[in-house]
Amino acid sequence: MAWTPNDAAGAEQAVKDALAQGKALELVGTGTRRGFGRAVEADEVLDLSALNGVVTYQPEELILAVEPGAPMSEIAAMLTERGQCLAFEPPDFGPLWGLPAGLGTVGGAMMTGRGGPRRLTAGGPRDHCLGLKGVNGFGEAFAAGGRVVKNVTGFDVCKLATGSFGTLCVVTELTLKVLPAPPQAQTLVIRGLSDEAAMAVMSKALGCPAQVSSAAHLPADIAARSQVGELSAAHGAVTLLRVEGVGPSVTARIAHLAQVLSSETRQAVLDREASQLAWKEIADASFFVGRDDPVWKLSVAPTSGAAVGRRLADELSGRCFYDWGGGAVWLELPAAPDAHAGRVRQVLAQVAGGEGHATLMRAGAAVRAQVAPFQPLAPGVAALTERVRTQFDPQRIFNPGRMYA
Amino acid sequence: MLMPAPDQGLLDRRGEFVAALRAIVPGEGVIDDDAGLAAYECDGLTAYRQRPMIVVLPETVDQVSRVLAYCHGVGLKVVPRGAGTSLSGGSLPLADGIILGLGKFNRILEVDYANRCAVVQPGVTNLSVTHAVAGEGFYYAPDPSSQIACSIGGNVAENAGGVHCLKYGMTTNNLLGVELVLIDGTVMRLGGKHLDPQGLDLLGVVCGSEGLLGVVTEVTVRILQAPETQRALLMGFQEVEAAGACVAAVIAAGIIPAGMEMMDRLAIAAAEAFVKVGYPLDVEALLIIELDGPPAEVDHLIEVVREIGEGCGASYLRISMNEDERKGFWAGRKAAFPAVGRISPDYYCMDGTIPRATLPKVLRRMTELSEACGLRIANVFHAGDGNLHPLILYDADVPGELHKAEELGAAILTLCVEVGGVLTGEHGVGVEKRDLMEVQFGPADLDQQQRLKCAFDEDGLLNPGKVFPKLCRCAELGRVHIHGGKVRFPELDRF
Repeated sequence: MAWTPNDAAGAEQAVKDALAQGKALELVGTGTRRGFGRAVEADEVLDLSALNGVVTYQPEELILAVEPGAPMSEIAAMLTERGQCLAFEPPDFGPLWGLPAGLGTVGGAMMTGRGGPRRLTAGGPRDHCLGLKGVNGFGEAFAAGGRVVKNVTGFDVCKLATGSFGTLCVVTELTLKVLPAPPQAQTLVIRGLSDEAAMAVMSKALGCPAQVSSAAHLPADIAARSQVGELSAAHGAVTLLRVEGVGPSVTARIAHLAQVLSSETRQAVLDREASQLAWKEIADASFFVGRDDPVWKLSVAPTSGAAVGRRLADELSGRCFYDWGGGAVWLELPAAPDAHAGRVRQVLAQVAGGEGHATLMRAGAAVRAQVAPFQPLAPGVAALTERVRTQFDPQRIFNPGRMYA
Repeated sequence: MLMPAPDQGLLDRRGEFVAALRAIVPGEGVIDDDAGLAAYECDGLTAYRQRPMIVVLPETVDQVSRVLAYCHGVGLKVVPRGAGTSLSGGSLPLADGIILGLGKFNRILEVDYANRCAVVQPGVTNLSVTHAVAGEGFYYAPDPSSQIACSIGGNVAENAGGVHCLKYGMTTNNLLGVELVLIDGTVMRLGGKHLDPQGLDLLGVVCGSEGLLGVVTEVTVRILQAPETQRALLMGFQEVEAAGACVAAVIAAGIIPAGMEMMDRLAIAAAEAFVKVGYPLDVEALLIIELDGPPAEVDHLIEVVREIGEGCGASYLRISMNEDERKGFWAGRKAAFPAVGRISPDYYCMDGTIPRATLPKVLRRMTELSEACGLRIANVFHAGDGNLHPLILYDADVPGELHKAEELGAAILTLCVEVGGVLTGEHGVGVEKRDLMEVQFGPADLDQQQRLKCAFDEDGLLNPGKVFPKLCRCAELGRVHIHGGKVRFPELDRF
């Protein structure tokens, strides 16, 4: 039986009960992200899905305060109605883990801390968390941050909690920064580039004044899996450069970009609808949906993307694609007892010289228990991480084992 | 402003400390003479002064690490300092502590255009990062008004902002990685040229930690392609409410301007008298709204904003037609602080953030507070993000006026919190707002922040007396009290 508090006070009581009874808790909303990280070794499930209200939405102040269990799909619809969005484009990895789309919560998105293709220019969840309320592992309700978009009062605990996979506190309320949704978007597509050539083209595009918001490269085997006709019909690799903003600006910038990249003659433009679909596929790593082979996401300096990704894909008979101008390498590899963790991290270390890390995004629980889904930290950082956890959750009652064994 | 009482035992060992620190940082890197120490006795918050016991100016990461490890070993307090431009007293020295100055870390180590980032040492000034990359058409976005002097290390410590941070973010949103030295001498790297945090986002919490968590010895920042065009509108309003409504309408129209600044009547008059840029003097509020980007976008949006301004009843409206005009619009705003300095012997700059909708109410209340205590207030306001900079005019030579200014400042910041805002939007807490932290945060909130401090610096040696109204008490904070409800440690003194 899960513990199911209805409000923040209930969540606080649950934590106190857990402390009194010496029980560890698995914190869940709708549970769609259980495939991310290690399986939790807990005694009870603390189900936060009933904490699902909108506390306040003030479009003109650019802020939204919600409870963690608020369904992301409902929140997104509410923001769309006012022409706003969460600019970090929260990805929906549910389908990647074999679940239906659209089930995730805001809390889950923030606690797993991953941003979509606009990460390059708009930042990730960390950059949009303004305030939170929660309960720490001392059983104390506390607040951090605030309800305004600009605030440096006290330590930025919100950033620390975002992406902490529920290992620091039970979040009972989140204040997020919301931004105007770009009214128009188009994507310039360049066909037929090798991975290496694509890195250079993306770097050039991102370094020109066209204000490209996202840049991705899909090698031929990935492009073939796209649901976007213009991409799958390309019968080859496609490099995508997204431009967003007001209509006249998008038109002008696409033209500018085409000019900057005029040496690449195989160009096409995706309209708003096709562009939206394509970037959603990239955000959600949809090309790997419907399979269960291990999937890795490597976070590297953008220019080393191809050197790591192509080499690993070729050597291990897998496939890969690149987001964030090459800075995110998504890699699907054939099944293996260790999901090729050793080799992936070895090549990453060789090629990227210690810059970056590899996260196992999909694998069976047994594999994830064995191979460290999150790249092991340097000794000093690991020790500091443990000390930080001790100061939030001394008894390790929140999601034990979720990040590190 | 009370600081922790100096420890006589430490003061008595000064000679020993100097000798040991000289063994780590040879030559002129350790300052212990009165004249030399005097240069470090305050930062940008000049109302508070304290001569440090010793100043240490290391040149290498290894020296920083050894100095910190030594201080950790002997229990010596450390106040890190960049360029010393903090407006909140973040680097105010301690009588029984050392100043660890990072000024010699002044090199740009790498500019990586392909990955759009720069790796710099912490003593590099904010503006020199932009200067280093401007030739290739890039710039570093956060632009605090002290950018000609302030250091990147200080920007990281304070999470510095600037007039363009509504669109481009604060330091934390433009920071990719740091090399950090902990108080025990451990050197670590957090972040880098990649984007996803590896593990907990420790980089996110180090940024803005005001020198309480560690010493930054290297910084990797994002650099951006400079916008092709910048144009600005200058709009005057007969009522502050109308100007506020205009700001809200711009945001509601889905426009995030590069900058959106407001000045009130006194600030306008002071600025115009100083730089004579043609600001209208018959308005209650002046807005500068800057748009940047490709010409097609800027020309389109400038018309949209013009219509919004007219719709909100702007009685004065000009659009910059060239760079000279645009810079003219800004000249008065950028000179607002020194301009106010001309009409008053001293001024005290506040830094609260409020929900923008509460601006008229806050300004009215501020006028009442100002009249009640007899000190004038000039207001400049980062209107887009609600960050208010009231400048309290006072004369330090008049006995009691500094105290009155401090009290008025505290009342204004308390007001900011009461309307749903915060104590500081970009200047930091430092010593200045330390004793107001309990206005914004409850005991459990502050306990949790102090526990975080304990994870980095259990002995409380890094910048004690800043940010928190009570010193950290890590042993007590670390205990789990399952049957809560009792007041713990009521006997503890504050400073």
